[in-house]
Amino acid sequence: MTATANDRGGSKLREVTAGFIPLVDCAPLVIASELGFDRQHGLSLVLHREVSWANIRDKLEIGAFDCAHMLAPMPIAAQLGLGRATEPIIAPMALSLNGNAITVSLPLYSAMLEHDAIATRAGGMAAAKAVAAVVRSRQTAGLEPPTFGMVYPFSCHNYDLRYWLAAAGVDADNDVNLVVVPPPLIADTLKAGRIDGFCVGQPWNSVAVEQGNGVIVATKSELWARSPEKVLGVREAWAERNRALVADLVRTLVAAGRWLDEPANRGEAARILSQPQYVGVAADILLRPLSGELIRGGEQRQDRDPDLVVFHRGFANFPWHSHAVWLMTQMIRWGQIREPFDLSALAQRVFRTDLYREAVAGSDVPLPPSDSKREGVAATEPGAFFGGDTFDPEAALAYLSALDIRNSGADLEAFASVNS
Amino acid sequence: MSASDSDSAIKILLIDENPIRRAIIESGLADAGFKAVTVLSNTTRLIDHIYNLDPDVVLIDLENPSRDVLEQMFQVSRVVRRPIAMFVDRSDKSEIEAAIEAGVSAYIVDGLKKERVKPILDMTVSRFHAFNRLRAELDEVKSALKDRKIVEKAKGILMKSRGIDEDKAYELLRKTAMSQGKRIADVAQALVSSVDLLKE
Repeated sequence: MTATANDRGGSKLREVTAGFIPLVDCAPLVIASELGFDRQHGLSLVLHREVSWANIRDKLEIGAFDCAHMLAPMPIAAQLGLGRATEPIIAPMALSLNGNAITVSLPLYSAMLEHDAIATRAGGMAAAKAVAAVVRSRQTAGLEPPTFGMVYPFSCHNYDLRYWLAAAGVDADNDVNLVVVPPPLIADTLKAGRIDGFCVGQPWNSVAVEQGNGVIVATKSELWARSPEKVLGVREAWAERNRALVADLVRTLVAAGRWLDEPANRGEAARILSQPQYVGVAADILLRPLSGELIRGGEQRQDRDPDLVVFHRGFANFPWHSHAVWLMTQMIRWGQIREPFDLSALAQRVFRTDLYREAVAGSDVPLPPSDSKREGVAATEPGAFFGGDTFDPEAALAYLSALDIRNSGADLEAFASVNS
Repeated sequence: MSASDSDSAIKILLIDENPIRRAIIESGLADAGFKAVTVLSNTTRLIDHIYNLDPDVVLIDLENPSRDVLEQMFQVSRVVRRPIAMFVDRSDKSEIEAAIEAGVSAYIVDGLKKERVKPILDMTVSRFHAFNRLRAELDEVKSALKDRKIVEKAKGILMKSRGIDEDKAYELLRKTAMSQGKRIADVAQALVSSVDLLKE
C-alpha cells in the first residue's frame, strides 16, 4: 500500500508528524500508517523514530512533532513543569495498556531460588518477596545492593518497579540502586553484569530471555491487570486550535488499535514492526508479547497471557482519570513533586476524556459511563492490583498516607488543603 | 570573541559518538577560549564519568540514547554532587528550540549565569548546524553518485535488450520519466529491480 496525495473524494490529506520509540507498543502509530488507517481518516502520518524519551518530549514541545507515543506519566510531568518540561502536553487517548515486564539476571535469579525455590514460578508477588530476601541477605553480609535498570524517571516502568519492590518491603531509593538504561541497550547491560534486573517495555524483556541472560519474573499485567502504559501526547494549545484534526487522529489510532487486538492480525503486526525503521527486532520475538506467549526463561514454564499488551479492548484507549491520579500518587510517593496541587483537576486537564468521547461519539466504539473508576476492586476483575490493593481515586491522599514506604518529603496535609 | 579567564575555566563535558562532529565542536569551543572541555564518546559508565568530572555544562547530541540517563541523574541528587538543573533559562524558549533543531541538548549546572553559558550554547549550536550542512552535502554527493550508477545500469539493460545505443537508451529513460512525472533515477531503479526480479 502506498500513500496517495488524494483520498476522500480528492481532498488533500492533512500531514501529522508523530514521534515514537522502538517498542512493541508503538504499534498503533506504525499500523495506522502502514495499513492506511490514517488515509481513511483524511490524514497522512509521518513517523519519526527517536532514541530517547527526552527527545520525544523536546521535539513535541517545540512543534517538530504534532503528536507522540508517550509514557503515560510524561504529559502529567509536563503539566507540573517537572524534568525540564516547558509546554503543557495533554493525552486525548491511551495507546496501550500493559506491555512491561520485570526481568532479572541469571545470578540474581539463582539467588532468588535459594530463598524460595517454588514461589518464583508464579511471578508477581512471590518473586518480589524472593528479591526482598536477596536484598536483605546482601545487606546482612555487607554486600552491594542489587542494581535495577528502568527507562525514564517519569515512566510507568519506574513506578512499576518501585511498586513491585515496595510491596515486598524493599525501598527502591534506599535498599537498591536504580539507574536509567536506554531500552535497546538494556539486555546487553544485564548481560555485562552492570545491572541485576530491569523493568522495560517489550520486546526487550523477551530479547534478554532469548539471549539466555534473563528471566522474566513479573509482567505488568501481574502487577496490575490492564494498567496504564502509553498515551498519545499532543500540545494542549495545538489541540485547542485543531479540535477536528485531534478527533480524526484519535479515530485513526482507535481503528489501528482495534485491528491490532485481533489475534489473527498479530503475525502481520509483528512482521511490520520487525522492519528496521520501526522496532528492528526479529518478528518471532515481537510476536511473543503480541500473541500473549510468555516465555519467562530459566526453568519457568511457558505461560499464556492474552493481556501482555492490550491495544483496544476493555476501554483500553480511554484516558481514565483514575489512571492519571494513580500516576500522580506515585510521583508524590517517590518525591518527584512536593508542591501541593489538585490531583483530580490535573487529571481532568491532562487525560482528556472529553476529547476522546467527542472523537468516537456516534461510532460503535464503546464508552464507559464515567471518567474514573476504582482500580483493583476485585482480584478477578480487570484492574486488579497485585498484593490485593485497591485504589479509589476519590481517596488518593488516604491511599498515599497508608503506604508503608513513601519517600515523598511532601506534606500530605498541604495536599489535603488543595484537594477537596 | 574569546572567553574571559573565569569563563575559560567552566567545565564542559561533550558527549558525542560521532568522531567528526565531536572534533568540530571541540575545536570550536577551544577557539572560543574554553579550556576545560572533556569529550566522551563511550557512554557505558556515564554516571561515573560525570561524578568524577563534576561538569558545569553537559552537551549531548540528540542521537544519543543516553540522554535519558542524564534526565534521571538530574532527578536524584544523591548520585551527583551538585544538582544539575534545567536548560539555561526556562523563559528563553528560542534558545532551547535552536538547540533542539540543531540536534543538541545542554544541561547546565544550577546557578551558572545565563550570560556565561550563552557563548557556549551559541558556539555549539552553530557548529552543529555546520556539521549538519556538511552531512547533507555528503548525502547529496552520495545519492548523486548512486543515481548515476543506477542510470548507467539501466542504460546497459536497455541497450542490450532492445539493441539500441547509449544515447537512445538515455532518451528512453528520460521520456518515460517525464511522462510518469518521476525522476530518471527512479525509473532506472524500477527497471533494474524488475530485471533482478525476473532473473530470480
